[in-house]
Amino acid sequence: MGLAVEIGSLKLKNPVMTASGTFGYGEEYSEFLDLNMLGAVVVKGISLKPMEGNPPPRICETPCGMLNAIGLQNIGLKRFLKEKLPYLRQFDTKIIVNILGNTIREYVRLSKELDDAGVDAIELNVSCPNVKKGGIIFGTDKRALSRLVLKVKQSSGKTLLITKLSPNVSDITEFARAAEESGSDALSLINTLRGMAIDIETRRPKLANIIGGLSGPAIKPIALRMVWEASQSVRIPVIGIGGIINARDAIEFMLAGATAIQVGTGNFINPMATIEIINGIRSYSEGKNIDNIRDIIGSIDGTAGHNNINL
Amino acid sequence: MNRYFKAKVIENLSLNSSHNLLTLEPIDPAAEPNPGQFYMIEAGDSYDPLLKRPFCYLQKTRETIQFLFRIRGKGTSLMRAFKKGKVISVIGPLGNGYPLPRKERTPLIVAGGTGIISLFSLINKLSHNCHVFYGARNKDELLLLHELEKLGNKLIVCTNDCSFGKEGMVNEVLSQFLSTNESIKTSCLIYTCGPKPMLQEITSIAVHAGISGYVSMEENMACGFGACQGCVVNTISGYKKVCKEGPVFPIEDIVWA
Repeated sequence: MGLAVEIGSLKLKNPVMTASGTFGYGEEYSEFLDLNMLGAVVVKGISLKPMEGNPPPRICETPCGMLNAIGLQNIGLKRFLKEKLPYLRQFDTKIIVNILGNTIREYVRLSKELDDAGVDAIELNVSCPNVKKGGIIFGTDKRALSRLVLKVKQSSGKTLLITKLSPNVSDITEFARAAEESGSDALSLINTLRGMAIDIETRRPKLANIIGGLSGPAIKPIALRMVWEASQSVRIPVIGIGGIINARDAIEFMLAGATAIQVGTGNFINPMATIEIINGIRSYSEGKNIDNIRDIIGSIDGTAGHNNINL
Repeated sequence: MNRYFKAKVIENLSLNSSHNLLTLEPIDPAAEPNPGQFYMIEAGDSYDPLLKRPFCYLQKTRETIQFLFRIRGKGTSLMRAFKKGKVISVIGPLGNGYPLPRKERTPLIVAGGTGIISLFSLINKLSHNCHVFYGARNKDELLLLHELEKLGNKLIVCTNDCSFGKEGMVNEVLSQFLSTNESIKTSCLIYTCGPKPMLQEITSIAVHAGISGYVSMEENMACGFGACQGCVVNTISGYKKVCKEGPVFPIEDIVWA
């Protein structure tokens, strides 16, 4: 029984990664699980200079999900390379660095330095809904995205380039194709959906930023649909993200066309979620006599009906 | 010792219309907490509510961990219905807890409302004879009175509506005490927990009187162990996570909005 998958040139021991912004720099989880077991660790988004993030309150719970407006608080590239990367290198897992900037130049510098540092992959964050400048413009303007991917691809050498797409667009396939045509090696989706909540007693927004990104099981059906659409429209591998809490969720994304998956909010409610998902995928494969998990990728049977009724 | 563990509900007592006393028995050995530390507790079996809830512990014995919580929202309403024998998942102990005072310092414990729960473990642990100032909205909201009296500290209780003890807010009572006990200012140390407006008042009293101390803060949090970065408070050295660098901060470090 094989769990290994490939994202372009990157070989993962299993399809389970952590989603950026939910797993810190790995250290935060090391007491709960063995990082060696993960397919990859995707670290909290890194910018050139440290960012202090948004004022509190930054998060609030909503039915089956949560809103966050952290505002990309991070320690900056320099400290990441010095303090966090050496720690992660001790483990036998792939290191994927999520990067963000306000200008193409910032993304280019980040990707150059990370390529020099020898990380396994770069994930372009073009879809954070919580900062006013930059970032999101690349995620919601097709031409801006193409230009960015093209430039970063030129500066990131042999390092695998993953573009993380925003769901806050009317047609995800256009953005998926734009990233592919500009040289992205893979796609990951979805980032959070723009959302909002109001306290009716105080008439104030529940987040200081007013708007935040919705995550958790509440967004899973939307994420699944977008992963299915995107994977139908490109040849490059797609990484599925959005409300994955358990192995059943992960398998759904793989059936829809995802080569690998990322666990985000699920880590908060169960710090061992990733390990339980890996084990769950293994038992599913064994139970169904699947020799290689790769065989289920995109194997959704498009004919409707005859599903089990679940009461 | 894993800080993510399963625990069995041993007892879940309703103290009054809005407070419960929950006793959990960890199924695997659990780490010893320090006063002021907290745990993330799973409130429901479904995805709604989704996140675990943070609670300071009240007491820890060799076999059990006890929590006193106020019913305020969906999560705590579900927790109120926890039946004996139910198994839930818990993460903790989390955060830094209260640093213990040096011997020559007299601790002034200032609690507002449910803030007494976080401070109770500290009072319990202090070998010092401390002064406890405890305020609540009314008599029905006062918790742990009997236990506090038994601990034999100098206890001053007040209620906003004068239904028990002195009348007024706990910050007013503390101010009065300090104005009639000038000499204590140089040798005391404040520990405080409660609603934000009260904490802000206590901070300004402390700063004016030149008294140092510690404040335990509260914020919405998703994980409790430093990953989500959702629970920050503003301090003189930037945003700090309540779950990791806190919940206890030096009183003069907090920048109030």
